[in-house]
This record gives sequence, structure tokens and C-alpha cells, in this order.
Amino acid sequence: MVIFLIGLAIFTTTPFLGNVKMTEAIMIESLNEQELINLEVPLKEQLVDKEFSTTYGFSRAFIAIYNAKNDELKANEEWSMVMWTKPGTVALNLSRASNDGVVTQNKWLFFFLTFGLGIIGPLFYIIVDLKLKGPPGIKNDGIYHDRATNRGWIGVLTGVWLVTFYILLYFHPYIMSDAISLTDPVKGLFKEGAMASQWFLYGLLYCISMLVMGVRMYIKYRHNKYQIVRTTSVLFFQVIFAFLLVEILPLFGLPGRDLKNAMPLDYTFLYKYNIQELLEAGQFGMFLIIWGFVLSIIVVPTLVYFYGKRWYCSWVCGCGGLAETLGDPYRQLSNKKMWAWKLERWLIHGVLVFAAILTVFVGIHTFTSLNGVNDGEGISTIIGISAFDVRDWYGFMVGAVFAGVIGTGFYPIFGNRTWCRFGCPLAAYMGLVQRFKSRFRITTNGGQCISCGNCSTYCEQGIDVRAYAQKGQNIVRSSCVGCGVCSAVCPRGVLKLENGPEAGRFGNEGPIVLGNDGFQLNQ
Amino acid sequence: MDKIVIIGNGISGVTAARHIRKNSDNEILIISAETEHFFSRTALMYVYMGHMRFQDIKPYEDWFWEKNRIDLKFDRVEDIKTDVKELVMKSGSSITYDKLILAVGSKPNKFGWPGQDLLGVQGLYSFQDVESIEENSKNAKRAVIVGGGLIGVELAEMMLYRGIAVTFLVRESKFWGNVLPEQEGQLISKHIKKHHVDLRFNTELDEIIADENGRAKAVKTKDGEIIDCQIVGLTAGVSPNVAFLKNTNIEIERGIKINKFLETNIEDVYAIGDCAQFDQGVNGRRNIEQVWYTGRIMGETVAQTVTGNKLAYNPGPWFNSAKFFDIEYQTYGWVFANMQEEEADFYWEHPKGEICIHVVWDKDTGLFKGLNVFGIRMRHDLFDKWLRDGAGVDEVMANLSTANFDPEFYSHYEKEIVDQFNKETGRNVELKSKKWWRNLIGS
Repeated sequence: MVIFLIGLAIFTTTPFLGNVKMTEAIMIESLNEQELINLEVPLKEQLVDKEFSTTYGFSRAFIAIYNAKNDELKANEEWSMVMWTKPGTVALNLSRASNDGVVTQNKWLFFFLTFGLGIIGPLFYIIVDLKLKGPPGIKNDGIYHDRATNRGWIGVLTGVWLVTFYILLYFHPYIMSDAISLTDPVKGLFKEGAMASQWFLYGLLYCISMLVMGVRMYIKYRHNKYQIVRTTSVLFFQVIFAFLLVEILPLFGLPGRDLKNAMPLDYTFLYKYNIQELLEAGQFGMFLIIWGFVLSIIVVPTLVYFYGKRWYCSWVCGCGGLAETLGDPYRQLSNKKMWAWKLERWLIHGVLVFAAILTVFVGIHTFTSLNGVNDGEGISTIIGISAFDVRDWYGFMVGAVFAGVIGTGFYPIFGNRTWCRFGCPLAAYMGLVQRFKSRFRITTNGGQCISCGNCSTYCEQGIDVRAYAQKGQNIVRSSCVGCGVCSAVCPRGVLKLENGPEAGRFGNEGPIVLGNDGFQLNQ
Repeated sequence: MDKIVIIGNGISGVTAARHIRKNSDNEILIISAETEHFFSRTALMYVYMGHMRFQDIKPYEDWFWEKNRIDLKFDRVEDIKTDVKELVMKSGSSITYDKLILAVGSKPNKFGWPGQDLLGVQGLYSFQDVESIEENSKNAKRAVIVGGGLIGVELAEMMLYRGIAVTFLVRESKFWGNVLPEQEGQLISKHIKKHHVDLRFNTELDEIIADENGRAKAVKTKDGEIIDCQIVGLTAGVSPNVAFLKNTNIEIERGIKINKFLETNIEDVYAIGDCAQFDQGVNGRRNIEQVWYTGRIMGETVAQTVTGNKLAYNPGPWFNSAKFFDIEYQTYGWVFANMQEEEADFYWEHPKGEICIHVVWDKDTGLFKGLNVFGIRMRHDLFDKWLRDGAGVDEVMANLSTANFDPEFYSHYEKEIVDQFNKETGRNVELKSKKWWRNLIGS
């Protein structure tokens, strides 16, 4: 634990360890033509060869210059010269190139000090559980007495750290310039001398968190083969499909795409730049376009019909994967109250409707513009609403704030599946199939339920499993991601995730629970 | 419209209330002196062990009661005046009723041991017991648990979680000896010891020794051994909680005497659950049944009777379940600690000694009588059907794979079990199994 904290502390201080000095050469190399024309003079006056001790300081200064110039251009209505790239992105590139601090000089060393310690520490901490927590079996002792997992101060601190991380990552990545640079050597393993982006840092961190906490899952649930197989699957898909393939495909001149990412979770699929890039990538690109449609329209609902949405949510999906590994210690924090369920239904289906409309809008725009309607600009406004505005707004609210900041940042507060439960449009889509046309259910074993509440407590999706089990009913709910933990924590062997004939999938229609021969009402 | 008053908000009383509401518009009032709202008694250990908070073991949210027009009163009934249909409350008020259902539960047994009422000596049954054990376990180093049954194991688990060493005194020569056959008793005993419990068989409590503050400081066994401890857990069964009814007209023996319609000797007064004592055990069962499931079934039944559909208590085939540390247990039908004359049995145990199955059938007719299973889950509905339909043991064994209720991907042992069954009994059962592709699509 101490080792982990040291690693974390070093990682957290990296933003303060920079030493930024932008030379003229770097400036000329990093900026595009338009930016150079606009900014060369003020940058030379104010920034070039000046030293900053943090990338933050440097970037702030740069962004101020950038915005001032843009304002000036706008005021003078020189629209052709106005720069549309986000200043933060440019600032990140510049500070990455100009940074010559202790971190950037010793990337491997710092990589070890942060990621290395961050891996070794928890592994020690986790592996001793093999002995400390006794023989295999459900070991939830003390979860509600532990300040890390009962929304105590450790949990709150963890949440603050995660939220800060996400906000920096999405909105101010230049502050993390040093942290990003220390993954350069790893990026370099894929492509000599390549520079990592903030998304590479994030992807790497994501995979490592999942792998380390995956080891914890293997140990915690070593008596439960369903959990072992499922964890293996989710780790495999994250590391191979979401990370390695995306890095490796471009090396062969192919578009690096996550093959398992289905619409409408993948809301950028129909964006013009995406389709265009795929079209330009020849046969493989064409395959990706067709696969994108086949996956979303045929593969996803078919598999949900046979196995429930669990095949995706807790076997394949990256968001689900993080929730099931890094997020597992927080699964009990999901809200089980009736009002939360009501909120869930409004929110997630609202997002689904919105995402569906957005997909159609963007699809029309992409299709028409690629076919040369309106001089190649396509139809970008429908009933007076700009498709660009809508998608930017969606990308910001749903893609970044909901999925990232709230979804993951609030793990220690709201539990580990906030995004999956309240926001994910793909989950909503699959949920509708699962609820109305699927062979999946959680079977309740006759009258064996003792209403103890372990199932409901440990349901990360906030389903009140017990409410069904104690009546002898099966659990058929759109939000169930089939993690199998309710079945695992049940002390009486009452719950089983199953696929079976649709007839009778709701189980006992009661009111009388099995075991009473006195009378039957619904015969 | 009747006013139906239920004393006790455990599983029996609450089930009765829910079903009365389903069937009628009667006024319903539940009185409890234990907690304001219904909670799952069996889950108290999980609150102490930090698996859940108290609010998590309440099966219904607090708004449920008002929404379903079930009134709640947090007060203690001191006396029942059956002639005027009135309850005298501790708070001084009185409550009238048209029909009264007693679902007052039970109390941990105390067998007159010297020192049984000292501080630090307690059972594990009520919400208050958990509060007091929370208090008692501060600074405790060792607990002595008396009585080898289900609650004893729960208490042992709880103590170990707080780092309190456990000595477990069991009167019989094996664990839960009045219920489990020899083999299962051994298997569970081994597992308990694996969790570092100092398990002592053939050992009886003689007395509990007090310190100068009237707090337990040690126990003395019948062999004269003195074991220092700060907590003494009395878990040698429970008995009906009927002391407060002594001066009423309601007939009491060990429990509240009832007939098979759950009626007491007084008209419009019923008793259900742990506190009830049948004049005659129903379907060969004991005449006092203190199990969650039987309480629930009695609640379902009495609700019919008080709403005009007079029904006898008629539980289906016996079933029960429990968990001993990491090993789950289920039972269907009857497997007695000692086989009956006309019975034959078969026992299989996994080489690692934590999974076993014990099947009992009629020697002459081959009729399946019951099964104990440890470390494997089985389907209740299937066994319920087999037991009601009078299935033969061969049919049960042939369909063991279908009966399995373990989570997906678990190792299956049906083949080993049936092979050994055929070898030992000379029978010739062929295990039915599904084609792999049928498993794949779950048909």
C-alpha cells in the first residue's frame, strides 16, 4: 500500500516537475502555417526562450496570447484568419515539445517510479489476501467498516483525485504534459520515437488498472469460475481489442479502431471524418464500415437474445471492464431506492433517444456531404438545429462529463456502474431487447430466499434483486449486466444466471412462494 | 371491515400482513418492540461483519408500509385481554382488535447454567443482541460459544472477523449432531477447524464465572477445565417467546398451542412462526418449527384464514438451507441424523472434502426420500416435484445434471457421483446429459 501511495504521489506531482522553454525552432515546427502567421510575433516577444517551471504556467501564458489574438481577429472580422483548434490542444503540443524537466529527461525512471510502483504496490497488497482472508469463498468482511469503501474520507479523497484526473484529461491535458511524456517510451515500443498523446496515457493507465485489479478479482473470486472466466474475457478484450489493436493497426497503414465498440455507444462512428478515413483505407476500411453496421444492428441484438446483454456489458465492454475490476470494491454503493430506479429509466432512455437522433443527424450529414450535396458540405442543419452543435454538446455532456467524470470519477461515491446504469445508450438499447425479447434471466431457486439482502447490496446496477427473489420470481430487468455477483454472494444458493426458453422466464407468478402446498392461486 | 392486529414484525407476521392486504381491505396493524421496521433476522450477522448496513437488511423501503396501508406501532404488548379483545401496551395505551395474530418469535435457550445472566453472556437472535454484542466485543480476546448449531457458526464467524478467538463447546460428538448424519457432521467440523476455531466435542458447559463487576470472565466445563473469555455466546437453540402470555387465557405449553388452522384456544386469536406449537406435527414435522421458511408459509396460510378462506397449514416437502463459513448447505426431503430402518443411503464426497452429497431412499420401493448437499446448489422446484410425485431414486440420480443449480462454468461432479452410486449400490443408472450445442444456446 505504501509503495502504491509513493507511486501515486510521484504521478500526482509530475505536473510540478516540468521545465518548459520553447525555442524558436520548436515553435516553428509545432505550429501550423496559419497559427504561425497569427502568433509568431507575440510569441517571440513574450514566450520564446522564457523558462517556466510547470507546463501549466507555460500553457496559461500561451492560451492567453492565443485567445487575445483570436479576439482581435474576430473583432476585426478577419474570419479567414481565426484559429479554430482548441487552444488547450495546441498548448499541449507545444509544452510537450518544449518540456525539458526532470521527468522528460528520465522518462523510463519516472515511468517505473509511477506506473512501476503503482503496479507492484497493489499487487503485494492484493496477493497477501490469499493468506490473510482465509480459504476461498465470499469475503465481504468489513466493506462497510472501511473508510475507502463506505464513502468515508478515503473514498472521498479517491473520488476527488479521480474527478480531477478526468477534468484535466478531458479539458486541460496540457497540465498533464509531464505525465503524458513519461509514457513516451511505451509508445515508442509500438513506433520508434513516436510521442504519446493524452489518450495513450489514458489507455495505458486504463489497461494497467484493469490488469492489476483483475488480479484482485482472480483472488477474490477464486472459488467462482463464472467470475474467473468473465474477468479473463473482459481483460482480453480491453488489452487486445481496445488497446493493442488500436495501436498496432496503424503500423500497417490501417485505421486503428476498436472493433468491439458498437453504436450508439460509439457515437463518433458516423462522423464525417471517421467515415471518410475509413473509406480512404481501402478494403479494410470498407470492412470496418460494414462491420460497424452489422455489429450494431445484427450481432448485438442476436447475442442479447441468446445470452442477455451481459455478453457485452460484463464480458467485452471497456467501460464495463473497468467497472468490474477497478470498480469492484465500490459495487455496493449503487443506490437501491425506488426513486433511483425511476431516475434511471428516464435518464438512460433519454440518452438513448438523444443518441439515436444524433446518429441519424450525423449520418445524414455525412452521407449528403460525401455525396456532394451543398458543395460537399452536406446538410448540416435539420429543423433549424445544427448537427455540429448537437454533437459537440453530446460529446461534452455525455461522452466526457457523464461517462468519464461522473461515471468513473464518482466510483467511490455512487458506485462503479453509474454510467452503465444511467447513461450508456448502448446499454439502454440492449436493455430493451433483454427485457422484452431474450432468453436470459436470473432464476430464483424456489422458496430458498431468506431476504438477507446481500444480492441487492452487491448489485452494482442498483437492482433490488431481493424484491424478486423473496417472492420466488425470476429477475428479468433491462439494466442487469449479468456480472453474476448476486449469485455469488447469496448464502443460500438462490440465484443463477441462465439462458433458457422464453416461456416461463419470469418464474413464479405467485403470490405463494414454493414450499407451501396449502393452495395455489395462479393455476 | 376487520381490524387485524399482528404482534411481531418478523417474517411470519409481515408475510401475513402482506397477504392479508393482497386479499382484503381490512385495517392492518403490526406491533413490534424490537425495531420499527421489518428486517431480515438471518442477515444480522452481516451487519456486524460490515457486509451490509442495517438499512440494507430491511427488505422493504420505509415508505412501503404506508403505501400498502399497513400501520406500524413501535411498542411492547404487556397483556392481552381476550374477553374484550384489547391489548395493554407498555406505553400505557390500549389497542383493540377484531382478529389477533401472534407472531412473537422465540428466545435463545438458557438451561439454568450458573452465571447465564451475567454481563457478556448472550444469544444471537434479536436486533438488541447485535447491539449488545457490539458492546461486548470491545476489548474481548476470546469468546466461548455453547451449542453446536447454525447460530453458533454464525456467531463464530462474527467473532473471528473482529479478531476474537473462538472456543466452541459442542455437547455431541460431532457438529449439529441432532440434524446432520455422521459424514456431513465431520465435513463441516473439519471446515470449521480450518477457520481456526477451537472446536471441542463432547464438552458441556458447567458454569460461567463472574469477575468483580458481574461480567463473565471465564467458563468452566463439566470436565472442570476453565477457559478464560470475555464473551459467552449461548446458541443451544431457541424456544418460543411466550412468557408475557402467562396470565392470559391463551393456552400455552412450550409454545402457543394451535391446531392445524393455526387457531389458538381463543376465537379470533391465531399464532404463527417460531412461537407456535401445533397440537400435532403436520406431515410428520416437529410440532414447533423455528425456521424462516415455515414462518413464511404459516404467514401465507393464516392470511387466507383471516380473510375468509379457511385453510389448514399444509407445507410441501421439507427444505432448508444454510451456510457454514464458506460451504453452502441445502436439503430437500428428509435426511435424518440416523438412517431409519427401511432406508438406504448413498454418500459421495469430493476428494478435497468440501463438497458432498447424501441421498436417501426407501430400501424396498426405491422411493426417493431426501438429499443433503454441501458445496453444490440444487434446484428446489425439481426436488419439490420429485418429492411430491414420489419419484424413485434412480430417476433422481439420472437427472442430477438437470437438478444442478451452480453458476455457469462450475465444475460438475454428476458423472463421478453416479458412477460411484452404481458401483456401491449395484444399480444401473445412466446420467442424462445435454448436447454441448444445447448448452450453448441454453435450450
